[in-house]
Amino acid sequence: MIVSTLLATSFLQSEDFIYVLYIVAFALFIQGLRGLAGPTTAVRGNRIAAVGMAIATIATLLNPGEGNWGLIALGIALGVAVGVPAARQVKMTAMPQMVALFNGVGGGAVALISWVEFRHSGSTYGSHTVHLGAELLHPLGASIQIGGVPTYVAIFSVFAAIVGSISFWGSNIAFGKLQEIIPGRPISFGSAQQAVNLVLLVLALAAGVDLIAGAHSELLFIGMLIVAALLGNAVVLPIGGADMPVVISLLNAFTGLSAAATGMALNNPALIVAGMIVGASGTILTRLMASAMNRSIPAIVAGGFGGGGAVAGAEGAGEHAGTVRSTSAADAAIQLAYASRVVVVPGYGMAVAQAQHAVRELTKELEARQVDVSYAIHPVAGRMPGHMNVLLAEADVPYDQLKEMDDANPEFARTDVSLVIGANDVTNPAAKNTPSSPIYGMPILEVADSRSVIVIKRSMNPGFAGIENELYFDPKTSMLFGDAKSAVSEITAELAQL
Amino acid sequence: MILASTLTTNLAILVLAGFIGFVVISKVPNTLHTPLMSGTNAIHGIVLLGGLLLLGLAGLDAFSKALLVIAVAFGTINIVGGFLVTDRMLEMFKSKPKPPKADEGEGGASSGPGGSGGSGDGQGGRS
Repeated sequence: MIVSTLLATSFLQSEDFIYVLYIVAFALFIQGLRGLAGPTTAVRGNRIAAVGMAIATIATLLNPGEGNWGLIALGIALGVAVGVPAARQVKMTAMPQMVALFNGVGGGAVALISWVEFRHSGSTYGSHTVHLGAELLHPLGASIQIGGVPTYVAIFSVFAAIVGSISFWGSNIAFGKLQEIIPGRPISFGSAQQAVNLVLLVLALAAGVDLIAGAHSELLFIGMLIVAALLGNAVVLPIGGADMPVVISLLNAFTGLSAAATGMALNNPALIVAGMIVGASGTILTRLMASAMNRSIPAIVAGGFGGGGAVAGAEGAGEHAGTVRSTSAADAAIQLAYASRVVVVPGYGMAVAQAQHAVRELTKELEARQVDVSYAIHPVAGRMPGHMNVLLAEADVPYDQLKEMDDANPEFARTDVSLVIGANDVTNPAAKNTPSSPIYGMPILEVADSRSVIVIKRSMNPGFAGIENELYFDPKTSMLFGDAKSAVSEITAELAQL
Repeated sequence: MILASTLTTNLAILVLAGFIGFVVISKVPNTLHTPLMSGTNAIHGIVLLGGLLLLGLAGLDAFSKALLVIAVAFGTINIVGGFLVTDRMLEMFKSKPKPPKADEGEGGASSGPGGSGGSGDGQGGRS
């Protein structure tokens, strides 16, 4: 206390200095993210952003109004105790859950901060309330009055509370589904779902407007948080596993925007910039994922794909139901050994079976036999954007062998064998050929163009969308039934004996 | 007047940051989208600052303090967890010092030791 009084007028605690530190911090965030444009600069980029975060945190702690140091230390210690081991121990296959969970706590923090802002504004946001006299010196130089805050602060604070609460609960549900604590299939009220969501949204907004207008009730604020929480649950529960890449991206955007709103309410430029960048990132990813599935974002949020009536109809229309050719690991090994070009098409099945290392062993064996190997990766393969790439990178697959869909598709025509491992809908030619198919129009990996196809799959069960895959009935396709990991390992073993 | 100009200044920052975000993030390749997500998770951990600022307020009751400690803990989880896990992932993408395709003849033999070196690095990062 004495020290802080002595320093109160010092340069280090001047508002301008703190503001300059914030500017340095967000410049480092932007510079760091620019590094993510390529794998060679990405590690440094991430570290640059981390330095920016350290500077922003230190700048905040220099704020002359800062206090409660013991509680700050406690909160940070708790966060480090949870965050560090989690980040170090998480398996790469569990990365979607991890990202969902981290995203959720971010949204939760935003909601809690908004709640305290509300409590501390004397339980009223009305701008004509009598000032209590207490003032918090603000980094910007303006001071905000406790008890009665400007209306715009109330608007941003309420927005942050609602969106933060939706993001917290939505992310937790997504985590539960990905961790398989909650069933991955859609859970919904059926046709009433959209009406329920709409009612919840209207209730949350009505409570928010009431609070902004100056309603003197903390109960109302808590009610608003609860309704937003229910909305978060109601939106994510009906969404099936394969739509997860979109949901996680969308929740990521939500958390970012709510952080930016908190920055507006607290008049903190670092929060505004960082929040908006995350919001932009989440929005871009959401759009990419949705267009890679040829589905609109509202349609995905409305939920209920898979197991619906339309899907059953399309299944009946599948006149391609010819014979399926099954193969053995030994035959697959011969087929691969005599190919000059092999493309591996991984899907969620590879992640479930944790087969990425086995796959890498197989492709090493093939490369030793002068086979040209690459990997074709659909944007929505797996449960989050870029999921397959991370797994393959973990298994030490060279970065330049990982091909994005647009680069991979023209190459299939001169590919001898496409090896499909645990991928289904993203290879289904029905998306191109069958206008009645629910996935018609979705961009796919055109493996059917290659000279032959080997599909490793546990059974003939249709994929997430519940649609028969014509590819399996194609005469040039052979099916190797079994767990992805053991099937791939068997092929590698057979290959070694050739 | 001060409040109005604060609002408009901050709105300008908000809008410009949105545009910069779009430009910068658009350049990130699909391959790096998972690290991008975990990296942006770390960055929105900046809400930690909000918790820290509010803990500096005078006259917080015990309940508000408890909420803020949780918020600070959440923000810290985001920041340290997010940056660490992103670093782990990106190290895996990076660990390719030599061009893998140029020497395919001997590549089969030499990629063995190279591969084990890479996974060794990964474990170093984890411990």
